[in-house]
This record gives sequence, C-alpha cells and structure tokens, in this order.
Amino acid sequence: MEYLLLFIGTVIVNNFVLVQFLGICPFIGVSKQVSTSIGMGIATTFVMVMAALASWLIQHFILVPLGLEYLQTLSFILVIAALVQLVEMFLHKSIPGLYRAMGIFLPLITTNCAVLGLALNAVLRDYNLGESLVYGFGAGVGFTLALIMIAGIREELEFADIPKPLKGAAIALITAGLLSLAFSGFAGMI
Amino acid sequence: MYNSLVALASMGGLGIILSVGLVIAAKKFSVEVDERIEEIEIALPGVNCGACGFAGCRSLAEAIAEGKAPINGCPVGGIAVAEKIAEIMGADSGNAPERKVAQVLCRGGCAEAAQRAEYDGPNDCRIMNTTQGGDKGCTYGCLGGGTCVEVCPFNAMYMDENGLPVVIEEKCTGCGKCVEACPRDIIILTGEEYGVHIRCRSLAPGKEVRQVCKVGCIACRRCEKECPCDAITVTNNLAEIDYDKCTVCRRCVAVCPVHTIEEQDGKPEIKAKKAG
Repeated sequence: MEYLLLFIGTVIVNNFVLVQFLGICPFIGVSKQVSTSIGMGIATTFVMVMAALASWLIQHFILVPLGLEYLQTLSFILVIAALVQLVEMFLHKSIPGLYRAMGIFLPLITTNCAVLGLALNAVLRDYNLGESLVYGFGAGVGFTLALIMIAGIREELEFADIPKPLKGAAIALITAGLLSLAFSGFAGMI
Repeated sequence: MYNSLVALASMGGLGIILSVGLVIAAKKFSVEVDERIEEIEIALPGVNCGACGFAGCRSLAEAIAEGKAPINGCPVGGIAVAEKIAEIMGADSGNAPERKVAQVLCRGGCAEAAQRAEYDGPNDCRIMNTTQGGDKGCTYGCLGGGTCVEVCPFNAMYMDENGLPVVIEEKCTGCGKCVEACPRDIIILTGEEYGVHIRCRSLAPGKEVRQVCKVGCIACRRCEKECPCDAITVTNNLAEIDYDKCTVCRRCVAVCPVHTIEEQDGKPEIKAKKAG
C-alpha cells in the first residue's frame, strides 16, 4: 500500500514535469508527435529505473561508507551517462528499428535533469532500495504521461488557427503552463 | 589531504569501472557498420525529400550499400550523384533516372476563376478542401492555399500575384512532395522536355466550366482533332494529353479557344518521336 501511494504520488501529485518542472527540455522538444513521445517516454523510464538502482547502490556502498556524500551530483551524472550509453548500444544491437526512430533523443536523455533530479531526490528523502525503484518507475511513468498529453494537444494544435505571435514554441509553452495548472489541482492529495 | 585522496580515488575508480564496463558492452553489442553507407550518405543531396521511396537519404544509402536499391536510386541528384555513388560502390552508374518536373494543371487564379464564397479559415489547401471545397466556384481547380509551396523542400515554387503556384523548373527536382500534398491532384510530374500542358482538371461539363472559370477546359475537342500524333483525347469532359506521344508541336495551343493549353518558352519540338 505504501509503495502504491508512493507510485501514484510520483506519477500524478508530484509529477516530475508538470509539478516539479524537471525535464522541461525534452518535454517541449520531443512532444510534437505522440508516437515519438511514447518511445522517448519508455526509454526515459528505463533509464530512470536503472538510475534509481545505480544511484542507491553508489550512495550506500561507496559514498556513505567513505564519507563522500558531497560528490553525489558528480558520481550520479557519471553513472547516468554510462547507463544511457549502455541503453543506446543495446538498442542499436537488439532493436535497430526503435534505435533509428529515437535518433538524437536517445543520447539526450543523459542531459535530462529529471533523471538526475530523481537520483538526488531519492537520496534526499532517504528512500530504501524498493522505494527508490518505485520512485524511479513512477517518475518515468509520470514523465511519459506528461509527454504523451502535451504531444496529443500539440498534434491537434497543428490545425488550429493560432495568432501569428503565438505560433510554435510560444503556444507550446502556454499549453504546458495550462497543463501544469491543471495538475496543481492534485496538490496535497497524498 | 586524506579526504581528497579518497575522493579522487573513488571517483577515478568509479569512472574506470564504468568505462571498462562500457568497453565490454561496446564489444558485445557492436554492430558492424558498412563504411560505404557513410560515404554514400555524404554523396547524396541530404535534403531527405523521400523522392527515392525511402525514409530519407540515410535509408537510401543503407539500401544502396546492401544492394537493395539501384545506384541511380536518387532521382533528385541525377547522374552526377549516381556517378559518385558508383565510384564508392565500384560499379557502373547506369543511366540516371529521367529528370522530372512538377506541372500545375490549373490556370484559374483570382482573375480567371469565379468566387462563390468568402473563406476565412486557415490558409491550408487540405483544410480548405474539406471546408465545403474552398471559396472558388470550380471544385476541381487550385484552391490557392499554397500548401504545395510550403511543402517544397527546394524552394522551387512560389505563389504568383494571381493566387496560383508557379514551379521554378531549374530548381524543381521532381521529388513529388507537392503532388502528394495537393488535395485536388492538380500537380503532376512530367519529363522536363515537354512544353505543352493542358492546364485544367475539371470533369464538369463545358457549360458549368464556363460559368466558374474563364480558362477551364470546355471539352470542345478542337485540340483532339488538331493533334497530328493522337496525343490528346477528350474523356469525361476533359482533354488529356499523352506525354509519351506528344511531340510539342504546339498546334493544340493555337486552336484552344479558352487558352487552357499553355506552351512554355524554350522547349523545342521533339522531332525524333514523330518518326517512331
């Protein structure tokens, strides 16, 4: 029950993108088509779960015993970068179709601040291994949800008669703001 | 001092472990990439227009390297690109595909075509077409929304002051993006040597065409009778030209009473064809 609450809380109430404003760059950059945003969401979710696992291991087996907690950011970035590389190689070998479809967005997960934010937040809140994994998975699902939602809206916006000054990125940012407002309605539920 | 040494050692160690892991993974998951793909991709125009039928220049390069696509598979680059690729692949370039250009088969601009309504929606032909068929009286002709101009990856089209798209033939590569985009199917690809075009697609009877457009084909059959090589046939109230038979003699241009048939400057008559 505790894990379920944590999961729902991470996906909806404390949605990484729409409530905590992490990972805005891919949120705007990869949200023009629902199909690519789904691929991006799945890849990011995978990296997030792996990052949650790796960062927990590093925190508890390297940083804490050696008294090096101040090196969290550095070591987590290192691990995340390596993980993304690994995912990229794996996809290239095993699922070349998906690898091609994701293109440049795959290596860009490295610089997704939602992944780093997840690793740092999990440590900050003193989660155990199980909680960390659920937290990572929830963060990924929340990210995917937000991405698919805005992509669906933006696909419809393609055909809308938008005033010229608001075309392109401007209307996307306004849309993101409205979505975020809507999600603020969940605040305090859990 | 001790602390910083520990920090240095642990971060360095972490880095080394991860990099060793990545090296092993790279060996294990290594994918053999054909070097020629890269070279072919550089030789291709790189605009990813899709005229070759593949998803982009990269896909075509992969297909050529694997032998799944012909060396002259890029209709945009023509013979120059085919020769370069042939050099990379070590094979004969063959004949480049015939150069094609887009032709807009409608002359009914703002001045010629009657308007039947005011249109105030988005400036996109596909939307205009679904919104009661646009603002012009003719339901077969150009909508004037400029969608073909927008999709052209080579800037080879522009809208003239009369509200009709114009193809700049020197820039047109025959990629067919505009043909795909046009909801009215009034753009076609023809060989670049043809200089006579029947610029109307209306299947309406002559009387109706007269009411909505000054330059629409009224199916009077004069061109059909005049044509010395039987290249023009009138079916479904519309004269159509068979480019394979046309010799660009321009006789039809002279007899067309509504000037639907247009000749282009600088296209010589094709003499060789007459004999055969």
